[in-house]
Amino acid sequence: MCGIAGLRLKNPDLYPRLGQLVVPMLDVLASRGPDSTGVAVYRHDAPPGEQKYSLCAPAPGYDWAGYVSRLEAAAGVVPVAFRPRGRDGVIVTSIGPERGPELLAGIDPSVRLFGYGAAIEVYKDVGPAAEVCARYGVAGMAGYQAIGHTRMATESAVTTEHSHPFAVSPDLALVHNGSFSNYASVRRRLAAGGVRFDTDNDSEVAARYIAREMAAGADLTDALRGVMKVLDGFFTLLVAAEESLAIVRDSFACKPMVVAETADYVAVASEYVALADLPGVDKAEVFEPMPEEIYTWQA
Amino acid sequence: MAGVTAVELSCAELSVRDMNAALRELPDGSAVRITQPRGRHNLAVGLTRRLDITIVGNAGYFVAGLCDGPNVDVEGFVGWSVGENLMSGTVRVRGNASECAGASARGGLIVIDGDASSRAGISLKGGTIAIAGDAGHMSGFMAQAGTILIGGDAADSLGDSLYEAVIYVGGKVRSLGADARAEELGAEDVTRVRELAGAAGFSHVSAGDVTKIVSARHLYHFDALKDQKY
Repeated sequence: MCGIAGLRLKNPDLYPRLGQLVVPMLDVLASRGPDSTGVAVYRHDAPPGEQKYSLCAPAPGYDWAGYVSRLEAAAGVVPVAFRPRGRDGVIVTSIGPERGPELLAGIDPSVRLFGYGAAIEVYKDVGPAAEVCARYGVAGMAGYQAIGHTRMATESAVTTEHSHPFAVSPDLALVHNGSFSNYASVRRRLAAGGVRFDTDNDSEVAARYIAREMAAGADLTDALRGVMKVLDGFFTLLVAAEESLAIVRDSFACKPMVVAETADYVAVASEYVALADLPGVDKAEVFEPMPEEIYTWQA
Repeated sequence: MAGVTAVELSCAELSVRDMNAALRELPDGSAVRITQPRGRHNLAVGLTRRLDITIVGNAGYFVAGLCDGPNVDVEGFVGWSVGENLMSGTVRVRGNASECAGASARGGLIVIDGDASSRAGISLKGGTIAIAGDAGHMSGFMAQAGTILIGGDAADSLGDSLYEAVIYVGGKVRSLGADARAEELGAEDVTRVRELAGAAGFSHVSAGDVTKIVSARHLYHFDALKDQKY
């Protein structure tokens, strides 16, 4: 199964409540996926020109102060701010996305980079939604957009790294309900072209494919059109970028998705039950997206 | 429901199991309002008495499935498989419906005021489905008996592997599925569509101006040697 959910707020008055609205959506979807949970939260709270890097500690009690001073020395950039979240945290720095991931990996390869960009923060771990969200304080997070995932693993291990979202290029995050059947061949082709992978997960292949297409100049819609051509299998994909949210379902459309849109927000989830607590949702236009159609919402 | 005071049952207070048990206790002729459905699955399933049930809000999967008697009115959206295996009675959805609306329904009438998603009326076995808006792809797939009226447009592969169910489409058909074909309307079709549109309250459907889709019956007798492909 797996559950996916997303919320893009149109009304800035709701920004302070983003986390508070999203956590119950994921909690309800824990019945579709209790193995692991993850969320990508979007907010413009970094100083202009700075990037946020969401980092996962190799173990609790990690020496983040030491990590930060090594990074400052290596990058020649001071200061590097660190915002702790549970055992993990977010580094805020002027180190640009073109050299950030490489540089961070050089500081300590056992620290994993779960997402980076001007707006995105990614939190994910093994465990059901209520637990994981509490671990990172997601309910208290403000922002303008979030996507989340509750995983029932079918094709690769249940670990923190295998959890969704996969956020492998600046401000781009992907969650997936379903399974790709030809992902190993697509991964081989991408790898031959120089794309590196963090896991053996099928959904990461879709994220890396979209990232590569967009790096080559495609927009999100074009990249998703490419996904339908290149990747075979069952999928409902929810993809977020800094200024947009998109969904696409495969030609069979057997992985569910419900959209509810009001003047204040667009909300999507695997099942309506996850949307039932949103303010004014009873007045929303509610529908199921069609197969092979790309739906996007942007500012 | 005139003259009958509706019993009110809230999903905020009852589990789905308790809700359905409470509905089963009600005598013939009762009127019920189910409040705060909040997308719950399996509401009002397996009921055999003549009840008038209103679900006040959006509901989840399998609403009114397996019912044999009640009238169920959903004031909102429904998830997958509304009225699955319906035997008799009516189900009305005031909003849109997700996939597989009326799957395998053997009798009764399912009316959807909005759009229906993919596979509406899949494996229909004698029930009647009326969709005011559009229907998603693979609607009427392997439908064996019964009638589907689509007031709006039908998406790809309409009526794939159809048996003896009949589909009427008021709007456009994007494509027909394997072994489905359009057939000319007869006088009895016009009467049937007029009656059904009237019962469903579809004033936008003009009975003489629909496309009738039936089985081409080429798949009825599987020919193992045909084209020597097997």
